[in-house]
Amino acid sequence: MSNTIDVNGKTVETDEEGYLVDLSDWDKDVAKILADQDSLELTESHWEVIDFLRDYYEEYQIAPAVRVLTKAIGKKLGKEKGNSKYLYELFPYGPGKQACRFAGLPKPTGCI
Amino acid sequence: MAKVEIEVPECPEYPIIPRLKEGMMAHSKPYIAVEKFQHELGFPGELPENWQEAALDKMQDLLGKYRSFQVYLDSCVKCGACTDKCHYFLGTADPKNMPVARQDLLRKVYRRYFTLAGKYFPKLVGAVDLTKDVLDDWYSYYHQCSQCRRCSVFCPYGIDTAEISMAAREILASVGMGQKYCNEIIGKVFKIGNNLGLPEPALKDTLEGLEEDIFDETNVAVRLPLDEKGADILLITPSADFFAEPHVDGLMGYAKVFHESGVSWTISSYASEGANFGMFIGSYENMRRVAMRIRKAAEDLGVKRIMFGECGHAWRVGYSFLNTLAGPFDFLDPNYPVPQHICEFTYDLIQKDKLVFDKSENDEHVVTFHDSCNVARATRMGPKPGGQFTIPRAILKTVCNNYVDMDADTIHDATFCCGGGGGLLTDDLMEIRVKGAMPRMTALKKIVDEDKVTTLVAICAICKSQFIKTLPYYGMQMYMMHSLHQLVSSALVMQRLTEPADDSESESSDD
Repeated sequence: MSNTIDVNGKTVETDEEGYLVDLSDWDKDVAKILADQDSLELTESHWEVIDFLRDYYEEYQIAPAVRVLTKAIGKKLGKEKGNSKYLYELFPYGPGKQACRFAGLPKPTGCI
Repeated sequence: MAKVEIEVPECPEYPIIPRLKEGMMAHSKPYIAVEKFQHELGFPGELPENWQEAALDKMQDLLGKYRSFQVYLDSCVKCGACTDKCHYFLGTADPKNMPVARQDLLRKVYRRYFTLAGKYFPKLVGAVDLTKDVLDDWYSYYHQCSQCRRCSVFCPYGIDTAEISMAAREILASVGMGQKYCNEIIGKVFKIGNNLGLPEPALKDTLEGLEEDIFDETNVAVRLPLDEKGADILLITPSADFFAEPHVDGLMGYAKVFHESGVSWTISSYASEGANFGMFIGSYENMRRVAMRIRKAAEDLGVKRIMFGECGHAWRVGYSFLNTLAGPFDFLDPNYPVPQHICEFTYDLIQKDKLVFDKSENDEHVVTFHDSCNVARATRMGPKPGGQFTIPRAILKTVCNNYVDMDADTIHDATFCCGGGGGLLTDDLMEIRVKGAMPRMTALKKIVDEDKVTTLVAICAICKSQFIKTLPYYGMQMYMMHSLHQLVSSALVMQRLTEPADDSESESSDD
């Protein structure tokens, strides 16, 4: 079972949970539409996280662990933002799953 | 996936057996595993034309293989002792979530095809044909059981409902109706080594990051070794410990305890997973394939001991089944049980006065402990019965000044499941997870209100993740959730003040 989203006239396929089927379909407009499904508007702060996730995925073929992410954000934006509280404020459904979905990455699986 | 709107059940002031709401959860079902995930586990990709015959053949096969399965199907006298013991029944009021009724979905088919009375007089004995509707009911309700076995504690015949749920799931998978969450994950373990799909370079990078974090915090070089041949202990821990919070804080706690003990240890990138979802789907073959990876890692790395981190069902598979699944472990040091639990290790060091704690570091916490179902009802720790209850609590009381237990009817072997165990920890089952958490949340809320409890501790990755998600639905903070070794870690006063070294300084084993 799969679903589709319409991005500027282009049809993009997602799985039943809203994650991209073909990761190469991703662009910023796709991210905006995925965020829109969760009634979220992506701000500069969201993009900082999304960009980091995509870079990390490029290198390691997996989303970063929460601590790797918080540390990277903390280094870049200051210690007060380097924690999961900040990330949950941005991505209320969980930085791991929701942010990965917007970033066009596969859903992290397991006991998480 | 957008946030699901869920009608959260109220936490009652005193235990209430709900008025029945028939069909309340009939709509609940997890996503079915696609062909690819099914094939990787040796199951067909879709419902075959002769599915009924295939399902009954599978049932026959299981009845032949597991004597217990047939005994459980035959021996229920419908006394009703289990009816109000299930957290999913209490949270949903759906009568098919009474353990006896859930089992009967399968039992009535068993009667129809495998008992004399059912073959000739089906109506008299409540036997029914296996139709597609019945199969769909199985798929729905056998994924509303977390195989926590609380009902079994109260069953006068000792019927293990979990075994019936497991058998039902195996039959379902064998006719192309496997569950996406579990089967995708098991496939990842076979390919990559863990549930997350965390490849070796990412694992290495993550562990190095944790070493830096511990050094920044303590000024002591504590290692988290990966694939180190000749280490004494192979640590098998859920991959959530590498990835999620507060799981990772527990992992750093184990590392600090190992460091203080002076014993050498390692994680394996090949067997970088404690969880064994083969058990959840009732598949002996898949459970064995996952367990064999642990054996291979232990042999390849030449370790002397195998130890499990904070993971509930991993400890069940480890404690109860590892030897028959992947033994004999005659190549390990016979002076230690195979396997050991990290709590046993830490407790032993405490008993021998080898760890120094400053309890006041945890004074901000008023702590309670959630007994995880698989640890509580399927395993032990230490040499004495009940060690699985006393050892984690003894550790907590050693590292914290303020400890309060939840109501006695909801802890130890009567513990309520977190609501997310047994392969249900997936977003597509959020409604049943939230509703099923109600009994545990009720007991917790009571001591939060009355005893000012601030901190919930568990030794299971699933429980931790489930509570993080469900606590807010019940008006509590997700940050209440802690790993046991996270509190050990905050109170531990480091005595071995190692510098960041060029070479490893780990040496002799403990005694």
